[in-house]
Amino acid sequence: MRTAKRGALLLVMSIMVAACSQSASVQPSATQGAPGASSGATTDRSKIHIVFVTASQPNDPFWNVVKRGAMDGGKDLGVKVEYVGSETFDLTKMVQNMEAAIASKPSGLVVPIYDLSVLGPVIQKAIDAGIPVVEIGSEDMPKGTLVTVGSDDYEAGKIAGQRILDAGAKNIICINAEPGNTGLEERCRGMTDGAAPAKVTQKAITSVDPAAYQQQLTAALRADPTVDAVITSGPVEATLTMQALSDGGLTDKVKLGTFDLSPEVLKAIDAGTILFALDQQQYLFGYLPVVYITNYVQYLVSPVGHVLTGPGVVTQADAKRIIELSAAGTR
Amino acid sequence: MTGRSTVVRRVMVRPEAGAILGALLLWTIFAYLGGGNGFLTVAGTAGILEVAAQIGIVGTTVALLMIAGQYDLSVGSTVGATGMVLALGLSEFHLQVWAAVMLALTLGLGVGLVNGLLVIKTGLPSFIVTLASFYVLRGGTIAVTRAMTGLTVVGGLDEYTKNDPFAMLFMARFGDFRVAIVWWLLLAAASAYVLHRTRMGNWIFATGGNASAARMVGVPTNRVLVVLFMLTAFSAALLAVLQVLAFNGADALRGQQKEFEAITAAVIGGTLLTGGYGTAIGPIFGALTLAIVQLGIFFAGIDTDWYKVMVGSLLLLAVGFNESIRRLAMRVRR
Repeated sequence: MRTAKRGALLLVMSIMVAACSQSASVQPSATQGAPGASSGATTDRSKIHIVFVTASQPNDPFWNVVKRGAMDGGKDLGVKVEYVGSETFDLTKMVQNMEAAIASKPSGLVVPIYDLSVLGPVIQKAIDAGIPVVEIGSEDMPKGTLVTVGSDDYEAGKIAGQRILDAGAKNIICINAEPGNTGLEERCRGMTDGAAPAKVTQKAITSVDPAAYQQQLTAALRADPTVDAVITSGPVEATLTMQALSDGGLTDKVKLGTFDLSPEVLKAIDAGTILFALDQQQYLFGYLPVVYITNYVQYLVSPVGHVLTGPGVVTQADAKRIIELSAAGTR
Repeated sequence: MTGRSTVVRRVMVRPEAGAILGALLLWTIFAYLGGGNGFLTVAGTAGILEVAAQIGIVGTTVALLMIAGQYDLSVGSTVGATGMVLALGLSEFHLQVWAAVMLALTLGLGVGLVNGLLVIKTGLPSFIVTLASFYVLRGGTIAVTRAMTGLTVVGGLDEYTKNDPFAMLFMARFGDFRVAIVWWLLLAAASAYVLHRTRMGNWIFATGGNASAARMVGVPTNRVLVVLFMLTAFSAALLAVLQVLAFNGADALRGQQKEFEAITAAVIGGTLLTGGYGTAIGPIFGALTLAIVQLGIFFAGIDTDWYKVMVGSLLLLAVGFNESIRRLAMRVRR
């Protein structure tokens, strides 16, 4: 009796939401399949609607791969996937986008937690609304989230630190292109521990203006000529750093490593210009949550805790093979 | 008043005096703080000029437009859009370098033409019209690039530009110096000539000073404005070409905040926000000032988080200083 009432209520709500919804891409009927709506039969996959909300900028090659994974997952499973990014790295904007996503009553919400203190309350709101939340990219796992898919930034930093120390570096610059992103700061912190006793200095250099990025980096290298290694927080910065080092005749003196991959970075690793890249295998950040949420909505099954996709290390030994496999934008 | 102090005063009331003094002062401060770290080396100087060129190429033409009383907030987005057209032209359509460059520059002129025509036909403030194109161009660039390539960064252009003599016009290096510096100084010199030595220059001042009065004495103010809008957009396209060829790739977000840097350089260089007053020399020093601060804090080892605080303070100081100079100038002329 109670179940029937609840089902009826949900049905009415769905109709109301559908009537109010102006966005054609939103399918509120998916709420029928949400856990708790005990209709007995499994939900039709075509009614499942999963929303990714990130603060990634549209030019970021890293997050473009996540998006690719999410879209591929949606296609393979026949569920609807929506990916919402952001023009700038702005967490307030991201919170607003999450509010909007929650209001559209999706079957599941996927979010990277750049900063739990900012995003925590709105994640709680989604959980309270009965929406399964999958967290990607970091090791935070707020109470009530389904599962966390990600690499471990601190561990990745530590591995990078050890690698560059083994390569003989003594004074290392850790470039953070997104000051305020705790994940990137964790990487630099891990590096500082991993590279000890070598010295690690964190520098905030953004890369919107390539000339300014290169000149600022070059200025920092000139100001301290004992710097013998640079680790960049991402592939855009890695490519620019590579060029700045070659322009300044410093390629032999300053070793270069990076976090995350792009086609240019892979080519440079293959050529030996970049020593290594820490790989989060972020295609899975996009793909796995789609699989997990679909399974959860259909059968109430889900992995538990922290599913690790990295850090993997890509070096000259395996770069070529990965280049061959990554033609489709999966790295 | 003695003759000498009048001379000093006449120099001091030039619109660019504040910018030149400010640039010199900042240079001295950073030479003291970062001199031992390479600020004073040839390479350090080349770095400053390189960053100044990136700001100044757009700053010069934006200053001309501001003297004529209008704004162009779309220059940064135009850098992104035209740069992407060049990169896609090379990587997706395999155009010759010269053809792709011409395509990008023509698109730049087209953007300026549309901005200019919209401003004179609708009578809307250029602030609003170019704010609209600021959004449309940026969004369009991202959308089209992703639709075509699945990514929003197009890299690895060297296979198309290597050994191309035409590309060398934009990517040549002389030791530590990049050819962008030459383009900047050429553009600034041409602007100075036009503004201070030709009838067009007088028209620009007249349009910004009092447009209706200018129209009555026969100044074609609409034509002046359309030409200037085309010029700002063209300079943005030129900057895009220099960036894409020199840095071997395009990024849909390139040029972000260039609209503000250009206006900042123009204002520090003595251009009045209300139009009708300014020079072509001032923005050169405005751009230099920004570049000195931007790189100086790295040479001096100051925490980089403070850069924007310094730029904001400088802007306020410069505007205050320019305002007092302008009042003084009015008195001298009387």
